[in-house]
Amino acid sequence: MSEATLERGINALKEQIDAPVAAFFSSCVSCGMCAEACLFYTETGDPKYTPIYKLEPLRRVWESEYTLIGKVKKALGLHKPVTDEMLEEWQELLYDSCTMCARCSMICPVGNDIAYMIRKTREGMVASGNAPEGVKGASIRAVTIGSPMGVKLSALEAQIKHIEADSGLKIPMDVEGADYLALLSSMEIMNFPEYLEGLAKIFKQAGVSWTLCSTAFEATNSGIQIGSSDIARTLVQRIVDGAERLKVKNVISPECGHAYTAIRWEGPNLIGRPFPFRVVHILELLDELRAAGRIKTKGLETERHTFHDPCSLVRKGGVIDEPRRLMDMVTSNFVDMKDRGTLAWCCGGGGGVSSNEDADELRIKAFKKKRDQIAETGADVLVTACANCRLVIEEGLEEYNIEMPIVGLSEMIADHLVVDETPPETKK
Amino acid sequence: MNESMDFLIWTKGTAFDIAVTIFVIGVILRLFEIISLGRKQSLAEAKGTEFGPGMKTIFSRSVPDLGTFRRQPLTVVTGYMFHIGLFVSLFLFVPHIELFRATFGFGWPGLPTPVVDAAAVLAIVGLLAGLWHRIMNPVMQKITTWEDWLVWALTFLPIITGYLAYHRMVNPYPVILGLHILSVEALMIAFPFTKLMHTFTVFLSRWYNGAMSGRRGVES
Repeated sequence: MSEATLERGINALKEQIDAPVAAFFSSCVSCGMCAEACLFYTETGDPKYTPIYKLEPLRRVWESEYTLIGKVKKALGLHKPVTDEMLEEWQELLYDSCTMCARCSMICPVGNDIAYMIRKTREGMVASGNAPEGVKGASIRAVTIGSPMGVKLSALEAQIKHIEADSGLKIPMDVEGADYLALLSSMEIMNFPEYLEGLAKIFKQAGVSWTLCSTAFEATNSGIQIGSSDIARTLVQRIVDGAERLKVKNVISPECGHAYTAIRWEGPNLIGRPFPFRVVHILELLDELRAAGRIKTKGLETERHTFHDPCSLVRKGGVIDEPRRLMDMVTSNFVDMKDRGTLAWCCGGGGGVSSNEDADELRIKAFKKKRDQIAETGADVLVTACANCRLVIEEGLEEYNIEMPIVGLSEMIADHLVVDETPPETKK
Repeated sequence: MNESMDFLIWTKGTAFDIAVTIFVIGVILRLFEIISLGRKQSLAEAKGTEFGPGMKTIFSRSVPDLGTFRRQPLTVVTGYMFHIGLFVSLFLFVPHIELFRATFGFGWPGLPTPVVDAAAVLAIVGLLAGLWHRIMNPVMQKITTWEDWLVWALTFLPIITGYLAYHRMVNPYPVILGLHILSVEALMIAFPFTKLMHTFTVFLSRWYNGAMSGRRGVES
């Protein structure tokens, strides 16, 4: 990366401004409703966390560069410029107190997609050297080591060995011509290997031809979180290269919210061409297998279960009904939270917040929202489909002395799977 | 009396022409300024369409989510009050329609004046309550700029002067009518260069939001 300066930062912001951004800023009437949609405001009551306020650097650049009145103001010396001090102050607002969950984008009465603009503003923060150290570290590890948590292929291979020994299942690696390439998040490799075991079990039963890839197993994308298209592109390119090398038809995004946004929606735009393969979230795939009758489950959990919607799945990809249909396969007492689907509340740790130590205290405060929502359902078990949400919620509940099991949905399906002794032939 | 008539005639003539010219050219210029920035076509495989969901969001965003409404009902209620009040007073008051007819050659049916009168009161109360809310609410305090106060005043003046003129509450009548017209002209001149533009750009921003979400299979 080239040296970060204020000038580069402002140029990066300029480059980010497009017609939607200009329309959004032109439409804002300072009504403040976005604050009511944001857990960092509702749980702290501090008005500086009002989402639109977090965009002030981008708004200033838009006004001075792309509006007639702003150009006049600038010529007359009446314009408030973006300064280094300002960006330093805004670091907390743009990183610590925003998960890019996009709930505000769903609420804004004039239709401003605020999260879309936060993502863009972070590009300017990176270019000007104002990204938080924790997120920077994760990004550097992602580029140099291959994973934001520093997980190497050898660690994955060790986990695979364990899983294969424990379960007797085979985890295919680098199988050319497989239908599906499964990606993982570092957290799944290190903290929740049951996800990978679950996949192996389900795919064997459903006759899905699949593989892992030794050069592209990490699905998370720190570039998207920190706001660096350069880093994001490098990480997406690794997956594309791996998928193309193995000639797979589909790539499966794992139980991780932002990884899905990165590979499904930003990926092709980052590398500048459409993918020659389909990208599918694991929940979408499991629901397809369910609908096709390729997976069957037995036994219903009778304890009360609820589901936490990962923001990136519901508000970036519309994956709302799939998890509920899957929940219905395995539970008899499922209760949704009051705000669900596109209006679900964030766990408070997405968008790089959980890897940003500066945000730890604030994140725990903001978590009260999720804590209360979960409590309201009276659920005994929480299910979700994002390893990051899962860790953030585990930590949050622990902080508030609440004991509750948290389960990944894929793993739950795997636990209830009907396993035939002679699985069907691999279907194409 | 003569001087007040001259003032009225000036507001209806020269000043009106200047204001309408700035308004029309300014709005076109601003819309061009926004749309000409363009946006990159997404290369990701679409999960849904853009146009339909965009159009839907233009309408659906007029209705707030219930949970958010409960958190901040005054913003929603005052917003509805003055927008509806303004719309009715501006477009459904018979003398206004006659002015449109004289200027553009076409008109439409109006509402009985007592209804319009009630709408004007609704707008005035809504605007005053909204102002009070803007002063008292910590979030609004944080994000309000001088421009917000300016556009509030520019919106309030035409409706209050119109109300006073209609009820003959200020003498001589031509002065208050002239002030009413003048305040509308101030509104029109400032319109393209301030947040008043949201009247038009709200259709763009809602559409973009709905369309970008729609493409990803999300209802926004």
